[in-house]
Amino acid sequence: MALLEVRNVESYYGPILAIRGVSIDVEEGTIVTLLGANGAGKTTVLKTISGALEPQKGTVAFDGDNVTALEPDNIASLGVGHVPEGREVFPFLSTEDNLKMGAFTRAAGDLEGDLDTVYGYFPQLREHRKLAAGFLSGGQQQMLAIGRALMLKPKVMLLDEPSLGLSPRLVQEIGDIVVRLNEEQNVTVLLVEQNAKMALGIASYGYIMESGRVVMEDTTERLAESTDVQEFYLGMKSGGARGRRRWKKRKTWR
Amino acid sequence: MDSISLATFIQLLVTGISHGCLYGLVALGFVLIYKATEMVNFAQGDIMMLGAFIAFTLASGLGFAYIPVVILTILFMAAFGIALESAVIRPMIGEPPFAVLMLTIGLGFVLRAVAGMIWGHDEKEFDTPYSIDPLLIGEVSLDYEQLVVVGVTILLCLGLWTFLRFTKFGVAIQAASQNQLAAAYVGIPVRRVVAITWALATAIAGVAALLVAPLQLIYPGIGFVVGIKAFVAAIVGGFGSLAGALIGGICIGLVEQFVGYMFEGAYGETSVYVLLLLMLFIRPQGLIATLQRKKV
Repeated sequence: MALLEVRNVESYYGPILAIRGVSIDVEEGTIVTLLGANGAGKTTVLKTISGALEPQKGTVAFDGDNVTALEPDNIASLGVGHVPEGREVFPFLSTEDNLKMGAFTRAAGDLEGDLDTVYGYFPQLREHRKLAAGFLSGGQQQMLAIGRALMLKPKVMLLDEPSLGLSPRLVQEIGDIVVRLNEEQNVTVLLVEQNAKMALGIASYGYIMESGRVVMEDTTERLAESTDVQEFYLGMKSGGARGRRRWKKRKTWR
Repeated sequence: MDSISLATFIQLLVTGISHGCLYGLVALGFVLIYKATEMVNFAQGDIMMLGAFIAFTLASGLGFAYIPVVILTILFMAAFGIALESAVIRPMIGEPPFAVLMLTIGLGFVLRAVAGMIWGHDEKEFDTPYSIDPLLIGEVSLDYEQLVVVGVTILLCLGLWTFLRFTKFGVAIQAASQNQLAAAYVGIPVRRVVAITWALATAIAGVAALLVAPLQLIYPGIGFVVGIKAFVAAIVGGFGSLAGALIGGICIGLVEQFVGYMFEGAYGETSVYVLLLLMLFIRPQGLIATLQRKKV
């Protein structure tokens, strides 16, 4: 049984159906990625998992328990660390207070040790630990958001486009850290990305979403070999002579 | 315009600061609720009025001693804040800000009317153990009531600052006010935090009520006047800054007293709103600007 099981979930924003019949499994200890273009519904899936959105249909099970439509703070305290899109740090709190807030659900415990662990992964945060988080650079804020979720000691981490707006080098760096967290801290990861190259590189299994539905799922090796993914997500041209490529070329799932 | 003697100057200064502290305390309530929920609670002054009548009833009607009156009033006001939040304010989440604004203005009217029905519209007196002859230093005579206002305000603000800055729950209140979604994602129970913020704001209004009651006579309209000036104080201080609320309140208290002394009494009242206009022209973000930093 998978650590995180999403079954036939449908969520609405007001009257608008954002995701329909989405099912996703995240096995313990793996990195799973969810790919798709803008507006495909990737963020909605994460919001539904962490309780910010209540699904109209379907269930979310975490660690064997049905957690559908629990309050976000309850779900967080079960061990779901959500790193939201666009970082969403607490801008006027210091970097260190941001991290301490990440441990809100836990009894005092070994806060200092955990801070050291986070600073070990992100040395830049230690340098700026007294600085208000709003003054950090974009990359540092992303690191802070990940570090904050790490302070929760999560069983699963939901990462929403950590590469957004970062330089290619930083994207690489964040990708490496996600892998290290997975291996060293035993954190299961559900990674939502538009940067398919990075995501397929570090994940073992992948889902592709389009207009609110999962249209393809497979191991990342096979996804990376699929011509559709190569053409539409990795930007490779399908060989061919001039004229054979049409802009509105049909994908196999259409 | 007369020239001012030193004694008068000091007296005006103390009166101005003590009135300013009162405006500041009510303004703190405005700002706390605004920061936590982005709602402006125009009933804040009337909530203070309610606190004053509760204190009056406990003391005169039920014959409690002063200290129990203080404790019971503050507890009652905190409970009132939680009840108000869950019954009236929470159902309004997601409604347009204008609707919420109208709701709180309406709430003020309701509180004034209900207070009038229960306690009547004639003025009531509230005495304290420190309502005694003023302290005389040379030619300066200082009311203990005013000195207590200043002292309590300083202590309360220090306490509030310590709570918000150094306790886990206090920092969580700040976090929730800066980013509700992220706060929920790290496991902060945002609803409970909002309810507690309301309790804090109404309890502070209760403290303000206990301080204002011995200074002035209590009547149902008292909160409206103080509330509007406190709102001005919050804007002058820069809506969204707790320190600004207090500083804005003291500015207004001082301007009101000095202008009122140098010209006629009525000019003192007016000067508050002139200050507001000037402030909006010259420095609309307020004395302590937090909004310009919020573009992060």
